[in-house]
Amino acid sequence: MLYFIEQCLNGVQLGMLLFLLAAGLTLIFGIMDLVNLAHGSLYMLGAYFAATFAAFTDSFVLGALLALVATAICGMVLEVIAIRPLYGRPHLDHVLGTFGLLLFFNELVRLVWGPAGMTLSLPSEMLTAVQIIPGLYYPLYRLVIILVALAVAALLYVVVMRTRLGMLIRAGASNREMVGALGVNIKLLYTLVFGLGATLAGFAGLMQAPILTVQIGMGENILILAFVVIIIGGIGSIRGAFVAALIVGLIDTLGRAFLPDVLHSMLSVDAALTLAPAISSMSIYMLMAAVLVFRPEGLFPAASR
Amino acid sequence: MRATMRPWILGGAALAVVAGAAGIEQVAAQGMMAAQKTIKIGFISTFSGPAAAIGNDMRNSFELGLDHAGRKLGGLPVQVIYEDDQIKPDVGVQKTQKLIQSDKVDFIVGYIWSNVMVASLKPLIDSKTVTLVTNAGASELAGAMCSPYVFSTSWQNDQTPAAIGTYMNQKGVKSAFLMGPNYIAGKDMLNGVQSTFKGKIVGQELTRWPDQLDFSAELSKARAAHPDAIFAFYPGGAGIQFVTQYAQSGLKGQIPLYTAFTIDDLSLPRLKDLAVGVPGAQNWVNDLPNETNKKFVADYRAKYKTSPSFYGADTYDAVPLLDSAVRAVHGNIADKEGLRKAIERANFKSVRGDFKFGNNHIPIQNFYLQDAAKNSDGSYSLHTVSLIVKNDQDKFHDKCPMK
Repeated sequence: MLYFIEQCLNGVQLGMLLFLLAAGLTLIFGIMDLVNLAHGSLYMLGAYFAATFAAFTDSFVLGALLALVATAICGMVLEVIAIRPLYGRPHLDHVLGTFGLLLFFNELVRLVWGPAGMTLSLPSEMLTAVQIIPGLYYPLYRLVIILVALAVAALLYVVVMRTRLGMLIRAGASNREMVGALGVNIKLLYTLVFGLGATLAGFAGLMQAPILTVQIGMGENILILAFVVIIIGGIGSIRGAFVAALIVGLIDTLGRAFLPDVLHSMLSVDAALTLAPAISSMSIYMLMAAVLVFRPEGLFPAASR
Repeated sequence: MRATMRPWILGGAALAVVAGAAGIEQVAAQGMMAAQKTIKIGFISTFSGPAAAIGNDMRNSFELGLDHAGRKLGGLPVQVIYEDDQIKPDVGVQKTQKLIQSDKVDFIVGYIWSNVMVASLKPLIDSKTVTLVTNAGASELAGAMCSPYVFSTSWQNDQTPAAIGTYMNQKGVKSAFLMGPNYIAGKDMLNGVQSTFKGKIVGQELTRWPDQLDFSAELSKARAAHPDAIFAFYPGGAGIQFVTQYAQSGLKGQIPLYTAFTIDDLSLPRLKDLAVGVPGAQNWVNDLPNETNKKFVADYRAKYKTSPSFYGADTYDAVPLLDSAVRAVHGNIADKEGLRKAIERANFKSVRGDFKFGNNHIPIQNFYLQDAAKNSDGSYSLHTVSLIVKNDQDKFHDKCPMK
């Protein structure tokens, strides 16, 4: 039982990371109707900024805060320079345009930081496991990720549901023309939303940096998962992104944790060992396919939020 | 979203586009004019993505070897065509075929990944291209699929983990949990440990390769299995992630980690203290006390301002080996039989000291225990601790028809 809880925590932790990335993606797609493949680049920038600033200031927290500011600025500048011309054009143009940006950022990072990648080290007191309930030890930093991401989710909820900016965001998501007609500065709103999305992506990047890696192209694989999350959750819905991220994180982790044993009861050790990782990585795509068939608008369609 | 079909398009586009990113990124920029009587060498490694660090180390070492050989092999000028396999077997085969058919290279050198190597083996064997594999060590290459014209300057995959298995016995380890990536080499490695380790295997895990970077579920499993030790094989960047997450999970003080190809000179500058005290087995360590090695390491550090890894060391050896072979056939590289015999003699000075091939063209060599340590100037480096096995020959050589 304790082991099951520990694996569930692992799943939740992966889900929280996915949520941070997917929330920004779904905001941008739901409100601005922009397919942003460069979202993974902002995730990468967040991690590189954090690694650089943390080395510079000798403090993980300070480095992370500076990195958030830097990523937000990068995102807003990017929106003004490169994203604006894409509005109102077909989705294929978005894909091509932001794919170009993805290549551009990979090359830029290579020029600025070199090809080798970087390390964002945790303070040594983080390199430990804490006892959550008797007998259950969990890595402290992963616990921090879960708690911080939950805090961010709560904050996003408050911003989107309880503030004027959030009201505009929701209004923009359901009827853009009307919001513009009512005299809201749509250009500024878009820049802010893109900046917010960039910050969330950068935050996801820097939070995962100490666990995973800081390297070129790090955002590309996880971006696919983030797209899966927003498709399952319903495009434009933060709540959908939250639930879907948790589902995807849990399916991926629990599949990895328990499938080998389940398969082993039916198959030889070798076959089970080889099959299990393949099946567990397929399962989230099968879920996405099922959602598309039975609820094409996603679990939480934006209109019904 | 209003249109119901759009998520489909979006998902498909994202998958296709992102998967293609690595391909377009790295456009090879070679195309030198072929001069007469130039030896053409095709070099396959990974030059894009995070694993480019390995490919660059191999290329740097090969270039340094050519510098040391006066940019000539057996007196003939050399042209090297570098190709990127992107860690993908299908791309590796394609590049191999391109080198054989359109570039018409005389030799092919390289290959990091066992799955890429095995996929490329057929065109190499069919075309009788003289090939020096400088890292990948799939059991197929050593056994049933061995070929008169394919040589390895590295090892067979099982050997290094078998050495660490021996060391684990010496340390009195009674039970172990094994982890590695789910591809040919990962399976070879786990088999390798089990071939020598006498204790109980309380669990083993193969993880998704190459895209799985988070090992939380597997580390939880290892913790729950209560083994005396964990064995891991995670090459390249995955090694950095694995060792980091192992330390973060608080397991470092509880269950010791034993490794093969997980901590190397490329990952050490990023792992730093996390790698100290984690033993690994290796066929080459930068401080091996022979003159060839001293020169290689010193010149590499001088030229590239960083330390070479075993990937580079085994690749460096390919240059003097080829040089000796071309010399033996007096530059007549069409004489493949002569080249084969000359390479089999291995009449060159290796960075590993004495060097000889087994019947299956895999080296018979020593395996050392290595450890990471912090130097007085704050940098980190790997050191030889002891010799684990002397003149080890892989266990697949009986299955190779060549005698």
